[in-house]
Amino acid sequence: MSQLEVLQSGGSAAMPVPPVARAPRRWRSVGTVKAALFAVVLVGFSILFVYPFIWAISASLKPQAEVFDNRVIPKHWAFHNYADVFRIPDAPMLTWIWNSVWVSTLGALAVTFSSALIAFGFAYFRFPGRNLLFGVLLSTMMLPQEVTMIPTYLIWKHLGLINHGGQYPLWVPNLFGSAFYVFLQRQFFLGIPRDYFEAARMDGDNYWTMFWRIAVPLAKPALIVTFIFEIQAKWFDLMTPLIYLRDTALFTLPLGLKTILDSFGTSGGGQGDWQLIVAATVIAVIPMLAIFAVFSKYFLDGIAAGGRKG
Amino acid sequence: MASIAPTAQKPGPLTRARFWASGFKERDTWVAYGFLLPWFIGFTVFIAGPMIASLVLSFTDYSVIQATNWVGTQNYHDLIHDPKVSKAMMNSLVFTLMSVPLEIVTALVLALVLLRVGRMAGFFRTIFYLPKMTPPVAVAILYLLLFNGSVGIVNRVLGWVGITGPFWTTDPTWVKPGLVLMSSWAVGGTMVIYLAALRGVPQHLYEAAAMDGAGAWRRFRDVTLPMISPALFFTFIILTIAGLTEFTKAYTAFFGAGTKTNETEAALFYAVYLFRQSFEFFHFGYASSLAWLLFVVILVITFIQVRVSKRFVFYQGER
Repeated sequence: MSQLEVLQSGGSAAMPVPPVARAPRRWRSVGTVKAALFAVVLVGFSILFVYPFIWAISASLKPQAEVFDNRVIPKHWAFHNYADVFRIPDAPMLTWIWNSVWVSTLGALAVTFSSALIAFGFAYFRFPGRNLLFGVLLSTMMLPQEVTMIPTYLIWKHLGLINHGGQYPLWVPNLFGSAFYVFLQRQFFLGIPRDYFEAARMDGDNYWTMFWRIAVPLAKPALIVTFIFEIQAKWFDLMTPLIYLRDTALFTLPLGLKTILDSFGTSGGGQGDWQLIVAATVIAVIPMLAIFAVFSKYFLDGIAAGGRKG
Repeated sequence: MASIAPTAQKPGPLTRARFWASGFKERDTWVAYGFLLPWFIGFTVFIAGPMIASLVLSFTDYSVIQATNWVGTQNYHDLIHDPKVSKAMMNSLVFTLMSVPLEIVTALVLALVLLRVGRMAGFFRTIFYLPKMTPPVAVAILYLLLFNGSVGIVNRVLGWVGITGPFWTTDPTWVKPGLVLMSSWAVGGTMVIYLAALRGVPQHLYEAAAMDGAGAWRRFRDVTLPMISPALFFTFIILTIAGLTEFTKAYTAFFGAGTKTNETEAALFYAVYLFRQSFEFFHFGYASSLAWLLFVVILVITFIQVRVSKRFVFYQGER
């Protein structure tokens, strides 16, 4: 088999590793070497990518003294770490989780709906200034958060809504759409044949029902992508809660995790109760992995779509 | 073409303006603006307004506590002479220079491998994407644990092959390389973008190239790279901006409320310094000037990237 054929066949069919016994003198052939190389790369990277999860899960089930023994299976099991994490004084884990859950959900719902409105406006209508406005919208993606963060803070401070149970600074901005999502959804709306809208118009639909009954259901995949991306973004965000929240009871999970790290990690002056820190970390990671398990297709397609027309 | 009147071919600026203005008489236009209303409000209140306010603040010594004075360009003068600003900017630049190439190359290699493994690609794509689902705060914690100089697994593994690993999280020389390696754990997003781009390359181009006697390297260089160059360009820009504004991982691992014993200038990224000036020292005026410097640096770097890339990026079709 020449090198050329190997490369050409490599596109679609997986290269099987020929059984060594049947091809005794051919094991050095390009195909085998390549297949072996691929296998090594795949398995090697899989270990690299998955190992930190395994390390964290097993460390979270070890007693304090054994956290760093780097065993995959703990020598002594310490399931109570997970109970202990919920009993740390001044660290209401359950409240933090709940705060993250409701802020993420509300923020994601808000940004999905508002971005859909804006995206439909840009996709369906022709109006003066459309291209200019869309250009302005896209260029806001380039703006680092740092430029607007201080005046935005001052607005919320002026309104007296800092460190407030309503968590307004964390989700209210989502009511006004977000450039990346508008861009993503607009692509989707543009893909809907215009005839659908014309037909609906004939049937007496107005603009709102056209949006709500035709555009939105047809763009469902893009809306799901927006929703789960924003859930993830909110679940990840440390800076915004760091700016706006002071009371421990108001913290979202990332800030809570940081608090636990600071009070137990040795660098923060703690005793080095790493088993608790790792258990809290695992708790913060699991919901994201669960969402990914359910929506992996949307995550992967959404990322790919975002990159395609950038 | 001949049948069309010359005026229709080349409408004068006045006609165009009149046509443009006539759009405002259409009901559609106002309905469209209605749909855009959320963005108009959000843009005014959370983007344009704060941008102007931040620019104005950067010429004052606003600090909430004391009376505010107009200080002219003093803040900008100060930041040039603030050794921490240059240190922090260098830290962010070095981090970006290390992490962006590493992530692009790793993602491309993984995507190329996945392209050839057939049915298993879906499975491995999911595995490789998993780290991207880990919150950055959790990534920073894992970094502190795995890269721990004396007991971490990274140095343990290096020890197996006879290398004495550095004290990643405390040795200033190794703090950034360690953070870069840990960040590159989440390479999956970039990889997915490349994989989609690679799948979009028409097979017949490869066949034609092979027919012309192009070897594997030639086909990669002359077919694959140009065809996926828009994706490479896109990630290049996005990753650069992300690198320059990196905050969460460095802040989580090395800074925070109270005294941190491992606080180190090597991890003082620009966004971290900016954040501390803002919300730990409440130097809002000074911090605003820092923010504008960051914005200008990002604009300049992106502009250079766009100009340089223009020669290499190939857009298929009308664009």
